[in-house]
Amino acid sequence: MTTNALPQSRIGPQPKRARTSLSRFLERNGFRILVLGPTLLVLGIFVYGFIAYTARVSVSQWQGLAVNLEPNDPLMSTYSEMLASPRFQADIRNITIFTVLFLTLAVVLGFVLAILVHNSLRSRGLFRGVFLFPYSLSFIVTGVVWRWIFTPSTGVNLILDRLGIDARPGWITDPTVVGDVSGALETVVPGGDVINTQLGIPLALIAVVIAASWQLAGFAMAIFLAGLAGIPEELAEAASLDGAKTRQYYWHVAMPQLRPMLVTILVILGHVSLKSFDLVVAMSGRGPGFATDVPGIYVFEQTFRSLSFNTGAAASIVMLLLVGIIIVPYLYRTYVGGKS
Amino acid sequence: MTDRKPGSNRKARVVGLVALSILAVVFLTPVYVMVVASVKPPNQADAIYMWQLPESLETSGIEQAWAKLKPNFVNSLLLVLPATIISSTIGALNGFIFAKMPFRGSNVLFASLLLGMFIPYQVVLIPIVRFLQYVNLYGSISGLILVHVVYGIPITTLIFRNYYEQIPSEILEASQVDGATPFQAFTRLMLPLSLPGFVVAGIFQFTNIWNDFIFGITVIPDPAKQPITVALNNLSGTLSIEWNAVMAGALIAAIPTALVYVVLGKYFVQGLTSGSVK
Repeated sequence: MTTNALPQSRIGPQPKRARTSLSRFLERNGFRILVLGPTLLVLGIFVYGFIAYTARVSVSQWQGLAVNLEPNDPLMSTYSEMLASPRFQADIRNITIFTVLFLTLAVVLGFVLAILVHNSLRSRGLFRGVFLFPYSLSFIVTGVVWRWIFTPSTGVNLILDRLGIDARPGWITDPTVVGDVSGALETVVPGGDVINTQLGIPLALIAVVIAASWQLAGFAMAIFLAGLAGIPEELAEAASLDGAKTRQYYWHVAMPQLRPMLVTILVILGHVSLKSFDLVVAMSGRGPGFATDVPGIYVFEQTFRSLSFNTGAAASIVMLLLVGIIIVPYLYRTYVGGKS
Repeated sequence: MTDRKPGSNRKARVVGLVALSILAVVFLTPVYVMVVASVKPPNQADAIYMWQLPESLETSGIEQAWAKLKPNFVNSLLLVLPATIISSTIGALNGFIFAKMPFRGSNVLFASLLLGMFIPYQVVLIPIVRFLQYVNLYGSISGLILVHVVYGIPITTLIFRNYYEQIPSEILEASQVDGATPFQAFTRLMLPLSLPGFVVAGIFQFTNIWNDFIFGITVIPDPAKQPITVALNNLSGTLSIEWNAVMAGALIAAIPTALVYVVLGKYFVQGLTSGSVK
């Protein structure tokens, strides 16, 4: 993968006739090349070149301090070992469940907030400001504060106690995985014995989902608000003349108009979710029994703690593929496919 | 606004305002916890007093946190300011080309460039460390600036491209008739109109880079040189530190971007929408 689509001049000996066209080409494109050339060169190396290097590390034997790019035998053995390991399987489970729960909560909350804020007229700016505020903070700040809100000896549990609720959930310290279907799957999947972790919902993740939604529901709201502001007044008026109730209006008139915003929100928040790292590090780390471990943490620990460079690289390539599935079609559709 | 509009009747509006107020209180709860804990006296410094109002206002928590975090706060400033300015400037030039001087294949090129802001940075960490070691910038703030500038180019280019696309091309066409070079067209015509673009891109980058964690912890192993987010995470894992000092640390790390948000909120929202919606 390279980005050499830049209209580059051919270097080296040129036929005499070409000299004039070359100078004309440079005259026309000199500024473009001067500006974009360095950017494309640098990003070509730092994005595409570096990804290629990491891919190469992922199929190498490199473990430990000494660089060793000797290909592994069999080539993909790092991947197969990693994919079979209980921890990485738990990570994939966690990031999937986290993404589904987080997207649902953030989008629903963002949509409700957008409608309420949009209709609050005079206090619109104030409320928008409040709900979007967490977005301006670092995930580390969010994680450090929410970690304590969901520490069993304090925070939410103090409130539950006061309300007379005896539950005392363990939140980020709870190792329970509910709704484990791995046993059932093992009997169905031919070959069996490939699932080495509990396939269910780790309860500890719920606290992280809440913190992440607190930080990013405002983003969904802001995008929905921009969409609502773009709906022509006539549509609302026509709907009200038809006697549409508020709920019907939002469901049948506003919703279809907001679809492009919904796609944007799902793509942006979805890829942020798959890349989760800082928030989890600050809030719960890998959690009890890897209940809140995510691929982002796995890559970091394998690479810089265990010095298992090939495993870390392989896990990061898996992350890239997960994100790529969402982002590449989105970029293609937005900037290449549908000519604007 | 006409009264016939759906959702505009009086009862619905009151219900809406009450719901909004409740949600606002819930949303501000973590901020309350952080701010109030920071000013609590030592006898209320433990997390089990989280919901209590402070018996007296004291600065011991903030002083304790500031003593630990001050060098890292300064590091973050030394990092964020140059990285923001450099990446915004490069983004302005690139955005100008993509918006006003498109060429065959420029859309594909632009999309490939944008991919750089979506990748999980985990996938480039090993080569980044090796590269910075090779050029002798590993472990330094300059190295971190370089990394933030490079990976900031896609988003600043996007923001400026969107910004320049709103500026009518006629302005430029007139200048071409006058025989101005593209560089002159950019510096004389576009730059004077670019201040809002720079504000939007600048705020976006300031926030992004200030809040970054993964590059900071990867590129700089020396705690004394690390940015504030990394230092805060370390502080939060330190058992000997009082809980209210940790909250005060979070507050200190939050203040710069929170200030930018409160003062320049309008531009903040613009950056956010232009950074994600076409």
